[in-house]
Amino acid sequence: MTALASVPLWLVVLVKSAILLLVVVTTFAYAMLAERKVLGWMQLRPGPNRVGPWGLMQPAADAAKLMLKEDLTPKTADPLIYRLAPFISLLTAFSVYAVIPFGSSASGTWAIGNVNAGILFILAITSIGVYGISLGGWASGSKYPLLGSVRATAQMISYELAMSLSFVGVLILAGTTSLDGIVSAQLRWWFFVPQFVGFIIYIITAVAETNRTPFDLVEAETELVGGFHTEYSGLRFGLFFIAEYVNMLTVSCIATLLFFGGWNAPFGITAVPGVVWFIAKVACFLFFYMWLRATLPRLRYDRLMAFGWKVLLPVATLNLMVTAAVVALR
Amino acid sequence: MKETTVRKNLFNVGAILAGLAITFKYMFRKRPTIQYPSVKKQHAPRFHGLHELRRYDDAKERCIGCELCSSACPANAITVIGAENAPDARVSPGERHAARYEIDELRCIFCGMCEEACPTDAIVLTPRFEMADFRRGSFIYGKDRLLVPPDAGVGAAPDERPGGIPGDLGRVAKIKSTVDITEGYDATWRGEILKTQRKGLAG
Repeated sequence: MTALASVPLWLVVLVKSAILLLVVVTTFAYAMLAERKVLGWMQLRPGPNRVGPWGLMQPAADAAKLMLKEDLTPKTADPLIYRLAPFISLLTAFSVYAVIPFGSSASGTWAIGNVNAGILFILAITSIGVYGISLGGWASGSKYPLLGSVRATAQMISYELAMSLSFVGVLILAGTTSLDGIVSAQLRWWFFVPQFVGFIIYIITAVAETNRTPFDLVEAETELVGGFHTEYSGLRFGLFFIAEYVNMLTVSCIATLLFFGGWNAPFGITAVPGVVWFIAKVACFLFFYMWLRATLPRLRYDRLMAFGWKVLLPVATLNLMVTAAVVALR
Repeated sequence: MKETTVRKNLFNVGAILAGLAITFKYMFRKRPTIQYPSVKKQHAPRFHGLHELRRYDDAKERCIGCELCSSACPANAITVIGAENAPDARVSPGERHAARYEIDELRCIFCGMCEEACPTDAIVLTPRFEMADFRRGSFIYGKDRLLVPPDAGVGAAPDERPGGIPGDLGRVAKIKSTVDITEGYDATWRGEILKTQRKGLAG
């Protein structure tokens, strides 16, 4: 930190952001490849293996293909919002990383900005993310995308509540809303032990938040063609795609930070740096989401809503009440 | 919530876990994929593929232009136009030879009746099957493509070659074949002869 003291803050933030953007986009590319590989293996297929060794250049090939494709805007679409929507999705997906800490050393926390109310910032930003999907579907001027965006809105409202409540349990135990503070509070016990119910609720709602199987009703191929992105093509479709995977990465990061001790080493193995532990934990969560996708079929829409309102929300509330009572009585 | 409903929902959680276990196990299973263009599947020794016109040991053509294959063909895919052999420059050992021999591989149903009909074992089916092309016209195979080149030797008929696979098929996948290659098919009387012949080859 002493060496950085003379460098202006805006430059530090700029460089950090550039590095982080590069890391997140690369992670997206290989998370996508990994997902296709894992899905393939679980379905007794080899997965993509034609571009480069083990298909490692597949993301580059996909990107080149998407960039060369025609960018269509339907006649019935609202042109401005239609063109803007993918950027809303992408922007919100990326801006969460402004507050996510990846590790800690003597010179401070490894994050672009260490915000006091980090968790609230994340909740606020991810809630804006649904606008990209809703507006994109609505502005397409076509019925399937509209149905997709209606579903997205309803799903977001019903699952965001339970998700926020599952956060509150952690916040009560940690006594802070700073992500750095929450991780330091987990030095002794990772919060998935005392907050096991909250953890389960978070995992389920996180799948719904990122619109992935079994809660991928927003882009249900078998019912809604492509859901909200039916009319999108080329690079704009690619942006939605990036946003979806980056969101998946985000919820994995949050799960690691809130419930799995962030960069705290398990079993006191401090020889391995904290960042490596963080990445390993996030990778486990990413694998878990791919695993879920390979296993579970899509839920029926009314069951999704019933599950959100009648099971998750009451259980999350009960969990919060019990946690609050235990902390208050201690 | 009734007690039975709660219990049912708990069982559902068990079902999800069981499903996850199944997909996880499948991830480590041997995948049955054969990387086709680079690795090829082992065919049955008497696989019916592209035709071949054979030669005798002295490189003379076996075909005598008798047109029996043409009349045996259920798909009318074969056209043979026979001609007399010139005494000083014989194409085949007999009196006549095939001046033109054409098979329309798009009409052909690969039944092998031509093989059965041929009195001199001139026309045979090979295991070659990669015939894809861009024009219909290219599927009419004349003598230029059917006849074994004289320098390629005379060799055994495709189904009598050990393994039954010509060299141009490339790498062959190590998978369990539906047919025992060393024993060969014995569905027809020819299979019996083949077995004994192959025993002689192996010994």
